[in-house]
Amino acid sequence: MNRWNDRLLRGRVVAILVAAAALLTTLVAGAQSGGKDGSTAQPPSPAWELPPGSPELIRPAELAKALSSMGTKAIVFNVGPRVIYLQAHIPGTEYMGPAANPDGLEKLRARAASLPRDSFLVIYCGCCPWEHCPNVRPAYKELKQMGFTRLKVLYIANSFGTDWVEKGYPTAKGE
Amino acid sequence: MTKKLAVFIAAMGLVAALYLQRRVSRAGAPNHDLPAPAVALVDLSGNNVSPARYKGKVVLINFWAAWCTPCREEIPQFVALEEKYGSRGFQAVGISLDDPEAALRDFCREYKVNYPIVMGSQKIAEGFGGVLGLPTTFLIGRDGRIHAKYVGTTDFPKLEREIAALLAAGP
Repeated sequence: MNRWNDRLLRGRVVAILVAAAALLTTLVAGAQSGGKDGSTAQPPSPAWELPPGSPELIRPAELAKALSSMGTKAIVFNVGPRVIYLQAHIPGTEYMGPAANPDGLEKLRARAASLPRDSFLVIYCGCCPWEHCPNVRPAYKELKQMGFTRLKVLYIANSFGTDWVEKGYPTAKGE
Repeated sequence: MTKKLAVFIAAMGLVAALYLQRRVSRAGAPNHDLPAPAVALVDLSGNNVSPARYKGKVVLINFWAAWCTPCREEIPQFVALEEKYGSRGFQAVGISLDDPEAALRDFCREYKVNYPIVMGSQKIAEGFGGVLGLPTTFLIGRDGRIHAKYVGTTDFPKLEREIAALLAAGP
């Protein structure tokens, strides 16, 4: 009986050690990949509008999860360049045009005007690294001034390709 | 039973690690060593500047936009590379995305751009395997194959070393 208990104990110790090694290997590889949604890519300054970590921001992993859950009804606006949108965008996105341009901002304003102010709105661009994006901040400011209370901006640290498409989140292409 | 469980856990850990490693290398060098796409590129002056026209040269293709701050900041460095290596078999080509033509022409005058600029499109971007962020730069070797792809701000010292090495490799 004791011999049986010893063998059982030894087996359990081996299993725990192997599992720990496997977990460690996975964690190291995960750290090298830079995190699921670019969370390790920290822009160098917190001084911009909508700095990383702002409560107004939503990370790609969170948005993908929210959009895939049956209970979440979000209205998603792309406020970036058309050529990038046509190649890949979040399914269900409504294209508004670059919010840095008066035409894009006007289209966004007109589309949002009829929406209830408690709608769950998400805006995104992903044209360039976050701190250089010329589109998300004017779009955010406009919608905030219109009184939207459940407004989120998708935090894309590097680009839509790197932080959404290459992470394997759902995409659509074309109009 | 316990041994089987241990082997199973180890195998799962190995699979997870290999999967994550593969993602790292994919993100680091997509489109690497593929032939340059057979896309038709016409510059603002109406000239054919397709990669095929420059076969035997080292060709740099920079996707950019005048409205994109980091892209704008890189232009003087591409101008300098063209000036330095242009007579030694190097050719830069800029492909602008979503810029109005008039603004683009103004920009090129102001920055004294000394290499051809093309108005980009979805078809051109997809010809290069998709351009889903700016700036994005490709370096094509004399053999007509994509040697490197830079997504985001270009590492210019590294780029210049690669250009020099590709030029030295001979036709």
